[in-house]
Amino acid sequence: MSILVNKNTKLICQGFTGSQGTFHSEQALAYGTQLVGGVTPGKGGQKHLNLPVFNTVMEAKIETGADASVIYVPAAFCQDSILEAAEAGIELIVCITEGIPTLDMLVAKEKCDQLGVRLIGPNCPGVITPGECKIGIMPGHIHLPGKVGIVSRSGTLTYEAVKQTTDFGFGQSSCVGIGGDPIPGSNFIDILGMFESDEQTEAIVMIGEIGGTAEEEAAAFIKANVSKPVVAYIAGVTAPPGKRMGHAGAIISGGKGTADEKFTALQDAGVKTVRSLAEIGSGLSVITGW
Amino acid sequence: MNLHEYQAKQLFADYGLPVSQGIAVDKSADAAAATAKIGGNKWVVKAQVHAGGRGKAGGVKLVESAAEAEAFANQWLGKNLVTYQTDDGGQPVTKILVEACTEIARELYLGAVVDRSSRRIVFMASAEGGVEIEKVAADTPEKILKATIDPFTGPQPFQGRDLAFRLGLKGSQVKQFTKLYLGLAKLFIDLDLALLEINPLVVTDEGNLHCLDGKINIDSNALYRQPGLREMHDPTQGDEREAHAAEWDLNYVALDGNIGCMVNGAGLAMGTMDIVQLYGGMPANFLDVGGGATKERVTEAFKIILSDEKVRAVLVNIFGGIVRCNLIAEGVIGAVEEIGIEVPVVVRLEGNNAELGRDVLQKSGFNIIAATSLSDAAKKVVTAAGVTQ
Repeated sequence: MSILVNKNTKLICQGFTGSQGTFHSEQALAYGTQLVGGVTPGKGGQKHLNLPVFNTVMEAKIETGADASVIYVPAAFCQDSILEAAEAGIELIVCITEGIPTLDMLVAKEKCDQLGVRLIGPNCPGVITPGECKIGIMPGHIHLPGKVGIVSRSGTLTYEAVKQTTDFGFGQSSCVGIGGDPIPGSNFIDILGMFESDEQTEAIVMIGEIGGTAEEEAAAFIKANVSKPVVAYIAGVTAPPGKRMGHAGAIISGGKGTADEKFTALQDAGVKTVRSLAEIGSGLSVITGW
Repeated sequence: MNLHEYQAKQLFADYGLPVSQGIAVDKSADAAAATAKIGGNKWVVKAQVHAGGRGKAGGVKLVESAAEAEAFANQWLGKNLVTYQTDDGGQPVTKILVEACTEIARELYLGAVVDRSSRRIVFMASAEGGVEIEKVAADTPEKILKATIDPFTGPQPFQGRDLAFRLGLKGSQVKQFTKLYLGLAKLFIDLDLALLEINPLVVTDEGNLHCLDGKINIDSNALYRQPGLREMHDPTQGDEREAHAAEWDLNYVALDGNIGCMVNGAGLAMGTMDIVQLYGGMPANFLDVGGGATKERVTEAFKIILSDEKVRAVLVNIFGGIVRCNLIAEGVIGAVEEIGIEVPVVVRLEGNNAELGRDVLQKSGFNIIAATSLSDAAKKVVTAAGVTQ
């Protein structure tokens, strides 16, 4: 078991023939992901990377039976791409693109919720179940099939956590980048709930950062619903208030959203917090006895 | 991106919302002329900076003559205004807003944000206007009235009426408030705002609603489709190095410490700052070179980091997911060659081609300290910064 994706996941790529879409589709194929085609309006009927190109997601869905789509189109067109995939009946949409206007995401997220579509991202590295399916831009080779579920708002911090859990030999069940935007398609709670019910996942790593209250909400959820051991790290203790730290969602505004508040909430929920990002692996070792 | 009060009020006026007649000037003589143009015998003059707390800092004044208005403009134009929201240096004043004076009967608060938890635009109103709304929200949350906008149906008149009645507005004020609510919501959505605030929204002596202040923040991700707003950007209100970095697609934020940081990824960049502090150092900056780091951008990133004269050592921390570490290493060497870096540079490379990158650094002959892990890198850079102090 794992969450969200596995060896049976049939994936299409929106923005397939663009440079990002091409590069990361090649990587996904090399990893063994069942990429079954892609969508680039106007290029339907062509072949790209030996796979069929379709004009619309609906067409791609009907022809290939895809259940997941990854989006690499530019930010200005992402609301449209997400809605197209959602309306076509794609069950899992992973949007990698950074820089989507927040108001576009309010509409896209609401529609996905209404249709029961799972949206991951935007502004995220994607989702991977090691050894089975890689959807996104993460380097596949650092992963190891295993028992730790990782959920994170940051791409490179996910890679740090992956590397440490690989080096310790624990491996990962699935890794989910929920992204650094203020309006993510899925939040910590959605993913924590999936890890809690997943048999393969024996412990969870949660990586948050300054801005918003998603970590505090996750802490309350963990206290009430998560029985598995959780290690958490929050980035941005040294971030000044009022400044956006790279990610659109990483900002302390009106004194709210500080790393310290989040650390405290998670500690109060019984989560093992680590103050150094180099201690995620050792933190896991401590609480699990592995 | 923030707007000035005078710009926000111009937008309010464009949407037919009630603001005072006002003129923004950048010369003191024009301040005197503005009073004549506006007419009357009392005016409010306001220093335009991207910060709240201007009144308490002396940046807002009631004047009763053209000479007084001119003197105020003289006092502030070209100077920096320091408020509780600015740093110690304050914000430069390049414009003064001269406005007709409004007689105030009652002060209210009206604001809107994109609420992350409910994923909705939420309007907040309070009968406690003119004071710090964060304090009202913390001490007496029940005094903050809310209206939530459905992304599919948009703002509705009933929501405006509901807020108006709960604020204790009467008669034609209810209609005025509803129009204001609908207008502001339309403005918020049309112009991709992230935050909107009118504090205070006043009821005048004649019983009419009036926007006495205006604060607007625009979603930077949406600026590509807001060309008119892009032109309103005032570069004097931001950090020069941050603006320069943005031109190179680098995310840079200046901090107070002495250890420069160059990192790929926003989360890892924050994590790197934090680990530097954990080992007893102080980061000089946040800098995310991004996933598509090229040799040129790495060189530029170095230049920006080193233009901060406080920097005593630099930590380069790269986890190569997409980016190849040997390219980063070449960029570091290129920068060292081109600009002659005199402070110690500690480099930690991990991921794609990390070993190749470490080789490149070692063979370069430059004084670059290779770190074996993140903790090792943090220790080494803190030591290096201490030694050169």
